[in-house]
Amino acid sequence: MSNISLTDILKEFRDPARDSLIPILQREQQQRGFISKEAMIVIGEKLNLPVSKVYGVASFYNQFRFNAPGLHQIQVCRGTACHVKGSSTVLDSLEMDVGCKSGETSKDGLFSIEVVACVGACSLAPVVVVDGEFHAGMDSTKMRKINKTLRKVHNAER
Amino acid sequence: MLKDNLFSRCCDKCWHSSEKACPDYISCLTQGPLCHHDEKCENKKKENISRITLKSMEKPMIFMGLGTCGMGAGALKTLEELENVIKEENIDVEIRKTGCIGLCTLEPLLDIKMPGRTRLSYGHVTEKNVRKILNSVINGKPEEENLIGQHFSDGDENWKNVPGFFDHPFFINQKRWVLKNCGINDPVDLEQYLANGGFLAFEKILKNELQASVCDEIEKSNLRGRGGGGFPTGKKWKFALNTPADQKYMICNADEGDPGAFMDRALIEGDPYRLLEGLMIASYAIGATQAYVYIRAEYPLAIERLIEAISNLKKFGFIGENILDSGFSLKIKIKKGAGAFVCGEETALIHSIEGKRGMPRVRPPFPATRGLFDKPTIINNVETLCNIPDIITNGYEWFCAAGTETSKGTKVFALSGNLNYTGLVEVEMGTPIREIIFQTGGGIPDNREFKAAQIGGPSGGCIPPQHLDIKVDYENLKTVGAMMGSGGLVIMDDKACMVDVAKFFMDFIQRESCGKCIPCREGTRRMLEILQMVTSNPSSDSSMNSLERLSGIITLEKLAEIIKSTSLCGLGQTAPNPVISTLRYFRSEYEEHIFNRKCSAKVCKELLTYQIDEDKCTGCTLCARVCPSEAIKGAVKSPHYIISENCVRCGSCLVACRQNAISVY
Repeated sequence: MSNISLTDILKEFRDPARDSLIPILQREQQQRGFISKEAMIVIGEKLNLPVSKVYGVASFYNQFRFNAPGLHQIQVCRGTACHVKGSSTVLDSLEMDVGCKSGETSKDGLFSIEVVACVGACSLAPVVVVDGEFHAGMDSTKMRKINKTLRKVHNAER
Repeated sequence: MLKDNLFSRCCDKCWHSSEKACPDYISCLTQGPLCHHDEKCENKKKENISRITLKSMEKPMIFMGLGTCGMGAGALKTLEELENVIKEENIDVEIRKTGCIGLCTLEPLLDIKMPGRTRLSYGHVTEKNVRKILNSVINGKPEEENLIGQHFSDGDENWKNVPGFFDHPFFINQKRWVLKNCGINDPVDLEQYLANGGFLAFEKILKNELQASVCDEIEKSNLRGRGGGGFPTGKKWKFALNTPADQKYMICNADEGDPGAFMDRALIEGDPYRLLEGLMIASYAIGATQAYVYIRAEYPLAIERLIEAISNLKKFGFIGENILDSGFSLKIKIKKGAGAFVCGEETALIHSIEGKRGMPRVRPPFPATRGLFDKPTIINNVETLCNIPDIITNGYEWFCAAGTETSKGTKVFALSGNLNYTGLVEVEMGTPIREIIFQTGGGIPDNREFKAAQIGGPSGGCIPPQHLDIKVDYENLKTVGAMMGSGGLVIMDDKACMVDVAKFFMDFIQRESCGKCIPCREGTRRMLEILQMVTSNPSSDSSMNSLERLSGIITLEKLAEIIKSTSLCGLGQTAPNPVISTLRYFRSEYEEHIFNRKCSAKVCKELLTYQIDEDKCTGCTLCARVCPSEAIKGAVKSPHYIISENCVRCGSCLVACRQNAISVY
């Protein structure tokens, strides 16, 4: 993704203490898309924390992931409004279409699916966020269309 | 910013600036100059103010609604096309970005204001019609299609035969105090906020008021926490004020985790300065020199605007050391949440800021006496803080005049679900729920029946049709087993299955349970399992399963009571509410699922059977093509059939079929 190394990230924080742990993890994930084992060891050393504590914090929060994400990240909102308007159907058909469950990355490394509690765009429900872009009023057909386009773009590039 | 702006010095006699602050700096900027008397300078200030408040303008101005909801509806595409049109046709206009005005259904919204005329609002402005709309207004004959209304304003000529924007059914019953600037002003433009009277409340308390008197004022206003608990804000502040400590903290809780609530996001995206002013006043009142905004990482746009707003305030010396020469110093830091619902709980939020797992702890000691880093800490919700500046400016009597006996002021609700107008509304406390749904929300679409209004998120409950006349009030809502919560209001029509809704919330809560105390961690999972059994596929039923289902149902209510009475934090104690409340009002639906093994709302998938009517099917193969699990077989032009074992009950075929040949039961 980007070239800012973990060492450089750690330099951004002056005298990091325990309360910098989550911001550091967030920066690291922003740069590399996930938190690796090695990163957790380095962060632990810097903050003078056992790796178990670092992992304990990282695994507590939904935001952090421990495996490389797919090229395209699909977030399906599972808030109440989205649920009432049928987001579970969208999720089901997405999982089937892509071939992996939520929280996983598809075998071809193209997609990863994530379920989020609520993206706060309830009036546009059901909402799916693809690579940061909001798609409103989704259904299974629209979802498949988006995936199809993404695949096409990818194949054309190759 | 322009060369000559509100912050530029009028003349050399003016001695204060953002570097050299004085207690009257803000009012001097907007009502001044106060430091010296010079008519020329006064006129210069007045000119500036009337430019900012759009009383005098040289060229047409376009306002594009660019909140998250606007962007989701395609506002960026509209903006791109708009910029193209302006370039191509060489039109001299200024484009400004605003937050969300609340009418999310009609996004993308675009407003145009011609010099000397009132501002016009258009809805559903896409890349296709933006050119037409822009040209029509510039030529003085506004397009009627998509026109919502005009914003009446003093000194501007009205457009003929155009209704008032705020006379729209969605707005007419609203009392917009907190949302006043949302969707109207450019959210990060500090000049505009100041010119409309912003930060005068902050200046006033810094100059004239003791900390205790600010707390008093808020206590007298009876403002209660808008995050859900409803604890009197002034009282809370006093706890922290009266606890001696070398360091105190003020935290704004913008970790809006309730699914179905988005008012905090919209408020920050639409009017970040109001929140910051409230936060600054609160920090002063309790004596905190460090404030935090704990905001969800899922709200990137809100974070971006907040960062920009804070850096503007720093630039002009409104935060930092010795603010406005008052001796009061304040730093504001943004802390991004990492996606944990439980962090909305005060003590869990504190742990999260400290870099620990976000788990609640036993209270007391309350954070007001021992909170962040063991120092007195006050945590207030976004909406609560947004109410503060106006209370200080207008006095507590003004605030108390609105609302009911126990709940004063207004409340912002996030309307969503099966409604004609979804979005953000602000109503006076005491407004009947019926009015919010059927007047403001425009009723249920497609002539369907209203079934329930889910209020208060996972900790709240459902309001059934027979209780629709209940008035919005902290105490009132509790009498029907619901609660104010943070203000998410999800409307469900007769297509919704209440067992499924209860299951949805239990699934959410057991996933988000932090795992610290056993009743919540284990209990919510058991409750979910019982509900899953109720909605499981009947064909896989063994006698053991049936027995377990029965025993589960018998214990469901008892289990709910135990979780309620023994959980550690507020979230656990309210976790069973969705089940209790749906059981209370929709028991027959549970019974239908349990005894008849049917879901008449056709939501609980495992209880459904899909079938193709051979007589109606023309064999067009449409259903077979859309079926994701290849469960539909059949030759072209001959009736198809569904292989029940392969069917995942996604409903795609039902949508695709043009012959109406597929039935569900």
